[in-house]
Amino acid sequence: MLNTISPAAKADPNVALAGEIIGACVHCGICLSHCPTYQVRHDENDSPRGRIFLMKEMYERGGSPDARTVAHLDRCLTCLACEAICPSGVEYSKLIGHGREHVAAHYRRPPAQAALRRVLAMLLSRPRLFRMGLAAGRIGRPFRALLSGPPRAMLDMVPTAPLPAPSPVDRPQVFPAEGTRRMRVALLTGCVQTVLDTAINEATIRLLRRHGVEIVVAAGAGCCGAPAEHLGDSARALPLVKANIAAWLREADGPQGLDAVVVNASGCGTSVKAYGHALRLDPAWAGRAARISAMTLDISELMERIGLLPPVVPTGLRVAYHAACSMQHGQRITRQPRALLAAAGFTVLDIPDGYMCCGSAGTYNLLQPAIAGELKRRKVAAIRTVGAQVAASGNIGCMTQLAGEVGIPFVHTVQLLDWATGGPRPAGLEG
Amino acid sequence: MRMPDPDQGIIARRGELAARLRAIVGAQWVLDDEAERRPYRCDGITAYQATPLLVVLPASTAEIQAVLAVCREQGVKIVPRGSGTSLSGGALPLEDGVLLVTSRLCAIVAMDVENRVARVQCGVPNIRISEAARPLGLCYMPDPSSQMISTIGGNVAENSGGVHCLKYGMTSNHVVGLEAVLMSGEVIRLGGGFQGAADGELDLIGLLTGSEGLLAVVTEITVRLVPLPEAARVMSMGFASVEDACRCVGAIIGAGIIPAGLEFMDRKVLNAVASLLREEHDPRTAALLLCELDGTAAEIDALIERVRGLAEQAGAIDIRASRTEEERERIWRSRKLAFSAIGKMCKDYYCTDGTIPRNRLPDILDRMAELSRTYGLDYANCFHAGDGNLHPIIMYDAARPGDLDKAEAFGADVLRACVDMGGVLSGEHGVGVEKRDLMTHQFAPADLRQQQVLKCAFDPEELLNPGKVFPSPCRCAEFGRMHVRGGEMRFPDIPRF
Repeated sequence: MLNTISPAAKADPNVALAGEIIGACVHCGICLSHCPTYQVRHDENDSPRGRIFLMKEMYERGGSPDARTVAHLDRCLTCLACEAICPSGVEYSKLIGHGREHVAAHYRRPPAQAALRRVLAMLLSRPRLFRMGLAAGRIGRPFRALLSGPPRAMLDMVPTAPLPAPSPVDRPQVFPAEGTRRMRVALLTGCVQTVLDTAINEATIRLLRRHGVEIVVAAGAGCCGAPAEHLGDSARALPLVKANIAAWLREADGPQGLDAVVVNASGCGTSVKAYGHALRLDPAWAGRAARISAMTLDISELMERIGLLPPVVPTGLRVAYHAACSMQHGQRITRQPRALLAAAGFTVLDIPDGYMCCGSAGTYNLLQPAIAGELKRRKVAAIRTVGAQVAASGNIGCMTQLAGEVGIPFVHTVQLLDWATGGPRPAGLEG
Repeated sequence: MRMPDPDQGIIARRGELAARLRAIVGAQWVLDDEAERRPYRCDGITAYQATPLLVVLPASTAEIQAVLAVCREQGVKIVPRGSGTSLSGGALPLEDGVLLVTSRLCAIVAMDVENRVARVQCGVPNIRISEAARPLGLCYMPDPSSQMISTIGGNVAENSGGVHCLKYGMTSNHVVGLEAVLMSGEVIRLGGGFQGAADGELDLIGLLTGSEGLLAVVTEITVRLVPLPEAARVMSMGFASVEDACRCVGAIIGAGIIPAGLEFMDRKVLNAVASLLREEHDPRTAALLLCELDGTAAEIDALIERVRGLAEQAGAIDIRASRTEEERERIWRSRKLAFSAIGKMCKDYYCTDGTIPRNRLPDILDRMAELSRTYGLDYANCFHAGDGNLHPIIMYDAARPGDLDKAEAFGADVLRACVDMGGVLSGEHGVGVEKRDLMTHQFAPADLRQQQVLKCAFDPEELLNPGKVFPSPCRCAEFGRMHVRGGEMRFPDIPRF
C-alpha cells in the first residue's frame, strides 16, 4: 500500500521500517479469514488489514494517535495468524510491535488504564511479586462479582487450587546428562511458569537429561520480557532481554560452551527468537542479541533433532493437540510436537479451526476480557468435539486459559513425552 | 476516476443519520468516527479510495431492510460491501453514502443433503460453504482466488469465477435461490431450496447475479453443492514458446476435453515464483500450462494420456503429471504464489481482467508485448487459459508520479484490444469503477440505455451503488417522465417501485 509517511518521520528507523512493511501489503484481505478478532467482531478495524491501515494513518498524520485507533490496536491478540497466512509476506509482528511502542510514546492513556498496564508488566515479569499478587488476589476473589472489566478478569484468573511451592529446579544450577553427554543447553525457566506450574520445567529437565542433554539454568536469566513488550513497554522489557543475553552468553563463551537456548513456553520462545530484531539498532547489543536468537530452539525442535527414545509406557491415549499461536504462527512450528507425541505412542487429534487463538495471548485475557472470553468459549467447544482423553499444548498461557474448562486434563507436551519415556505420569492424569 | 459529486447537504447530516441508524443496528455497529471509517476507504484495489459517510454493520435481513428504508427516506446513497476484496472497486465507498457491510450476516442457515444445496447468509466466506459440505462428500465449486475470505454475497454480486469454473461454471451456475432487499423496502425471495426451483419464473436470479450491487442487496443465497470429485491430478506442461502453449490450450479444448482447470503462466511469473521459493526453473521454458483433470481414477488416467499426446504435438518440452496429492499441491503451489511472487519483484502491480475467444490468445499476447513497449512498463501473464480469461499483471511504482496513470492506460488498452478481438471487458472481477468508462467500447449507447432502464426499474432514485458499472448517470427520473401523460401514469394499475 502506498503511504505518504513524511521523510522527517522516517528518520526514525522504526517508522521507516513500518513504512516498508505497509508498502508490502496489497490489501487483498486474506488475513481477515484467519484473524480471531475479525471472526468475532466482523469489523475491518479489528482485522490485520484494518490495523495496517490505522497504523499507516497514524504514522502519516504524526502526533498523538486518537483513542479509537489505540483501542483497535489494543484489541490485536498478536497471535500472528495473519502473518503466517499472508501471501505477500507482510511482517505484521514487527509492524504491530513498533506500532505499540509508538502508541506508548505518543499517547496518554487514561490514568486507570495506564496504571493497570504498568502493574501487569511489573507483576508478570517478577515471579516473587506475581506470587504475592496471586495471594492478594485470592483474598479479593470472593468480591469479584462486584467488579467488571479487567479487574474482574484478573480475579477470575486467580487459581482456586493452592499454588505449587517454588521448585528447586528453577534455581540457577547445572543438571548433568544421563549417560553420554550429547549436548549442553541453557533452559529458560520463565517467570509465570515457575509460579503457576512447576511440573513443566521439572518434566523438561528429566526428559532432556534422559536424552543425554546437560541443562544449565543460568544465573541472571529470568523473564524473557514478553509481558512488558506486548504492552509496548520497551523500557521495562529491554533490561530483561539484555540480562538474559548476558547470562546465556557467559555460558556460551565459557569453558563448557552451549549448543542451544531451549524454551518450553512458545510465547517466550517467540520473544527470544526476536531478540535480534529488538536490539538491532543498539550497536553494543545487536550482534550478541542476534547470536542468542539464532541459537534458540523450542523444546519440540530440540527433541526432534536429537530423536525421541522409544516409549517405555504403552500410554495409548487420544491427545487433542492445541497449537499455541506463538508456536504455530510466531515460530511456524507445526509438525514437530505432533510427530513427537505420535512417536511417544499417543494418538494425536487435530482441533477444528486450529489456527484460531484461545484468547489467552499474554495479558490479553486480562485487558480484553470480552473478546478473550468469546475466543475461549469457541476453543473449548472445538476441543470438546474431538473426543480426546487429554489435551496438550506447548505454552503455559493457553494451558491457564483452557484447563478447567475442557473437561479433560490439560498438560504440557513435554509432560506427556517425559511420561512415555520413563517419567512420572503427569499429575492431572492420575485416576 | 471521477465519481458523482458528493452532496454536502447529506454530509452535513452525518450525525443525525448515524443516530437514526444506531437505533436500528445498535450503537457500536455504526461507525461515524473518522479514524474508524478510514480503513474502509478501499477494497481489493487500493488505487481508488474514498472515506464513506458512515459504516453500518447490520446483523439481519430485517436490519438491512430498516437501514435501506431510512436511506431511501433521507435520499442517502448506499454501497454494499462484503469482505472488501473486489478487484474492480465494486465496494469503493462514496463520501456521501452509507457503506453497508454484510460481514456480520455470516450464518450457514441449512445444509440440505437430499437436495444438495446449502442456504447461507450473504456474509459467509466462500470457503466456509465447502468446509461445511466436505463431511457430506459435497463441495461448492466456484473458487475465486479470494475464496478464503470473499463472501458469497460478494461472489453473487460479481458473478465470481475461479480456476474450477472452466468445468463447473461461474457463480451464476450455482445459485438456485436468493433473498434480497429492494430499495423499495420489500424483501423478495427468488427460486427456492432445490435446483430447478426457479424454473418457470422470469430469471431474476440470473439478473441479480453479477449485478454488482446496483439492483438490490442480496441477503441470503441458496447454492448448489456438487459431489467432491473422487480424485484429481494435475499436469504441468512446459513450452519453449508462448505460441506453442496457446496452441496446446486450443487443442485440449478442441478435442472435447474439459479440464477442471487450465492455467497459463509466462516466463516472468515462473522466474518470480522460482526466486520466491529459491528454486531453479528450466530456462528453456517460456510458458507453462497447468491442466487439472478430475473424476474417477480410470477417467483421469485416460485423459492424462490424451492431454500428453496433444501437448507433445504442440511441442511441449517438459510434461509431468502428479501421482500423489502432495505432488499435486506442489505443482499448484507455483500458480497460487504467482501474484505474491510478482508483488515481491516490483513496487506495485495492477492486475486487470478481460476475456477473449481462446483462438485469439496468441494475438492478444502479441498486443500486450507491443503495449508494454509503448508505455515503458513491464508486465507478466498468469491467467485462466481454458476460458480465455486474462489477468495481465502490469508492474509500476505508485510513488513515481504518473506511473499509476500509465498502468491504468496500459490496462485499458489491453481491455479494448480484448473487445476488438471479439472478447469482453471482464471475466470474473466485474466492471465496478475500474472498467466503467470502457463500457462504451463494448456496448452501443442503446445497449447501455437498456441496461439502465433495468437499473431504474429496481432503483428509480439511483441510491444503490451509484457511479459503478455505467459510465454516465442513469437519469431514471427522465424515464419516469416518459410514463407520465397529462398528469396520469400510463398503466396506472401496474404496481410500481
